[in-house]
Amino acid sequence: MEYILLVISAIIVNNVVLAQFLGICPFLGVSNKVNTALGMAGAVTFVIVLATMVTYLIQVYVLQKLGIAFMQTITFILVIAALVQMVEIILKKISQPLYQALGIFLPLITTNCAVLGVALLVIKKNYNLLEGVVFGGSTALGFGLALIILAGIREQLELANIPRGMRGVPISLVTAGILALAFMGFTGIVK
Amino acid sequence: MNQFQNLTKGFLKENPILVLVLGTCPTLATTTSSLNGMGMGIATTFVLAGSNAVIALLSGVIPDKVRIPAFIVIIASFVTIVDLIMQAYVPDLYKTLGIFIPLIVVNCIVLGRAEAFACKNSVTSSLIDGIGMGLGFTMALGILGAFREIVGSGSIFGHKFISGDGILVFILAPGAFMALGYLIALVNRIKKS
Repeated sequence: MEYILLVISAIIVNNVVLAQFLGICPFLGVSNKVNTALGMAGAVTFVIVLATMVTYLIQVYVLQKLGIAFMQTITFILVIAALVQMVEIILKKISQPLYQALGIFLPLITTNCAVLGVALLVIKKNYNLLEGVVFGGSTALGFGLALIILAGIREQLELANIPRGMRGVPISLVTAGILALAFMGFTGIVK
Repeated sequence: MNQFQNLTKGFLKENPILVLVLGTCPTLATTTSSLNGMGMGIATTFVLAGSNAVIALLSGVIPDKVRIPAFIVIIASFVTIVDLIMQAYVPDLYKTLGIFIPLIVVNCIVLGRAEAFACKNSVTSSLIDGIGMGLGFTMALGILGAFREIVGSGSIFGHKFISGDGILVFILAPGAFMALGYLIALVNRIKKS
């Protein structure tokens, strides 16, 4: 039951993009088409789950053990950058189709603040490893959900007649705002 | 380009938020009030100026192939410094900004300036570029924060001047998206005319 609440909370109630403002850059950048949004969502989910696991273990077994928790930021970002690179190389070797589907999105993920954000939140909220992974995975699903919804709306918006100053980023932001308003309706389902 | 233009280009012509649309995450998350927004802006300015100067200083030493990881380590060091300083001297602000302080490390503005400016220019102009860009970022955060604070809670810099609740939605997440959207649209409009 606890885990179900965690999943619902991370996906819809405290949606990572629309309520916590993490990962806005890719949210605005790759939400032009539903297909690219799906690719990005897949790649992000993969990396977030992996990164949460690795950074958690490093935090508990290296940083805290040695009493150098202040090195958290530097260590985590390096681990994530290395992890993204590694995932790219491994995928290229073992699964060509998956690499081709996710390939171009992987380098972009290092600068996605949702990855580092989730890694830091897991430590901050004192989750254990399993809770951390569930939280990471469902946060990533929430990211994918928001991304795909926005991409779907933006595909329709291309046909609309938008005032010149509002084209591009401004209209996407206002759309995201209305989307966030809709998601606020879920507040209260979970504490 | 002289140093004065170098300093002021971040305000409007190349404003990181309003024109380049970089670093939107902290922009939306920390502008619930003008003071929070400007606190975040000043922290980012420090990191930008420091990392720009150090990267310009080391640009001859860092091999081209590993420059991105090297830049990230330099930036992360400055972020750690800011993190510890803020924790010690402004604990309230530190608590409000939360994980967005360590997240300065993945702010695209910082790495973007390192890559686009600091590794090709002298230490002085990189330092000035960092300060200018940081102040432009602070200004945009301050404006957005002030707008959200005035409309959302009827106060400015924490001083309440309208009684009652204000339009609460502007303090919450949806208002952040909409306010930034309309602000960028306004800047687009000004730039066109």
